[in-house]
Amino acid sequence: MNSLSTLSLSSFFSTGPFTWDTVTFFLGGMGLTCLLIIGALSLGLVLGLAMASFQVYGPRWSGLLVSLYVWFFRGVPILVLMFLFYFGLASQLESLIQSWLRSGLPAPLKSLLRFCFGARGSVSPFACAVLVLGLCSAAYQSQIFRGAMKSIPSGQFMAAKALGMSSFQAVRVIILPQVLRISIPAWSNEYSILLKDSGIAFVIGTMETMARFKAVASSTYYYLSMYILAGLAYFVITWIGVRLLLALYDRVRVPGLAEVQSADIL
Amino acid sequence: MGDPILEVKNISKTLGGKLILNDVSLSLNKGDLKVLIGPSGGGKSTLLQCINFLHYPDAGDVLLEGFSAREMGRRNISAFRQEIGMIFQDFNLFDHLTAENNVAVALRKVKKQPKKAALERAKIELARVGLADKGGLYPAQLSGGQKQRVSIARALAMDPKVMLLDEPTSALDPELIGEVLKVIADLSESGMTMLMATHQIGFARHLTTEVIFMEAGRITEAGPPAELLNPDKRSRAADFCAKLSELMGSN
Repeated sequence: MNSLSTLSLSSFFSTGPFTWDTVTFFLGGMGLTCLLIIGALSLGLVLGLAMASFQVYGPRWSGLLVSLYVWFFRGVPILVLMFLFYFGLASQLESLIQSWLRSGLPAPLKSLLRFCFGARGSVSPFACAVLVLGLCSAAYQSQIFRGAMKSIPSGQFMAAKALGMSSFQAVRVIILPQVLRISIPAWSNEYSILLKDSGIAFVIGTMETMARFKAVASSTYYYLSMYILAGLAYFVITWIGVRLLLALYDRVRVPGLAEVQSADIL
Repeated sequence: MGDPILEVKNISKTLGGKLILNDVSLSLNKGDLKVLIGPSGGGKSTLLQCINFLHYPDAGDVLLEGFSAREMGRRNISAFRQEIGMIFQDFNLFDHLTAENNVAVALRKVKKQPKKAALERAKIELARVGLADKGGLYPAQLSGGQKQRVSIARALAMDPKVMLLDEPTSALDPELIGEVLKVIADLSESGMTMLMATHQIGFARHLTTEVIFMEAGRITEAGPPAELLNPDKRSRAADFCAKLSELMGSN
């Protein structure tokens, strides 16, 4: 990461901030931001759905554990979490992952770990940022899904069980497809919030959008134009993502479920 | 008469600190249509939901063709429920699925049938309840009576041994009740074993083998309709039915 930034920086130092090199430098940052929040949103989606299911359909103690989790991540600033995980917990996390990789874990799980943390199981700033943003987003997403689950008449869950489905099947086959459809508008909000929170990842050295604009700004002294551009970059990613999500919402809409058209939402 | 197909033995259930069912027993022979009547809050719905263990009874057991639900244990209770069809007052169709898929979904996910076979069976069952042309519609696009008929088709597709019906017409507009009752009557005629909670006394009078009167969590009276609902008998059930008929017109 560092060699990349110095290499690019040196080339536009002499020619001003708007060379081809800087443009690709910025675009690369935006790409990394996209990867960052796709990773974090996916992690948040999986954990959030599971936590919401426990809160609504699980035993009481599991619901209490989930609300404890939600309160922790709701109450602690992302900046603090970034420092806590990267400077406080990264080395413990690394030795944990490495011991998992050596242990008798099922092969697919191991390859997932290798995919996320590399063959040596090291926690890069990027991996750490995905983890923190994902865990944080899981807390918020769980509450989006919980609301959607509660809005689905409980009779449908009962009817599914009466037909011979297990609770798990009833949630997966009957409840989740409805919950996901209903949740898309609120989820697109979570997307746009998380996207902008992802800028904080620069403090632990992730070379995403914010980090790159800041690097160029401080080396060229074009502070105003660089930060306006940074804002614009985030705006564009937000706009494209939200439009895509609302298009998806319209596409999977079912009569009687999520009746509102996306045109009435934005 | 033979052995009963469904036996409910001494079921008790407390919900929220209140005793809802107090030592209730009944049995159904193959082809029986028995009707549960009684004031609201008397335990009819809870009894039906205890029979297929949607609510676990605190005490007592249910035997289906001699197999005890208790002995199946919590892990296998889904297999027990599969054999018992259930119809709800407010239909409980799956809102994200078309009528056809509402019927097919359990065939695919529970009985593990291939998609094509499940959809074919769904079409047959929908035709049986007179909805052959509505298979592609979503619940929101159907009338109340049509929704209830889809839910009956959904239960029938699983080839249940017994059907439990929890006030299947109570949420319907008066002019839609007839179409649902007709389906239920046809089912009964074809030999389906059914236990139905209802306020449709007229219907109960003509079709049922036995009327069971429930009040305050107990079965207080039971007998053939001609006997139990005879106004001259001054039974609590006859009294209750006379009041209902007065309110809703004789039906």
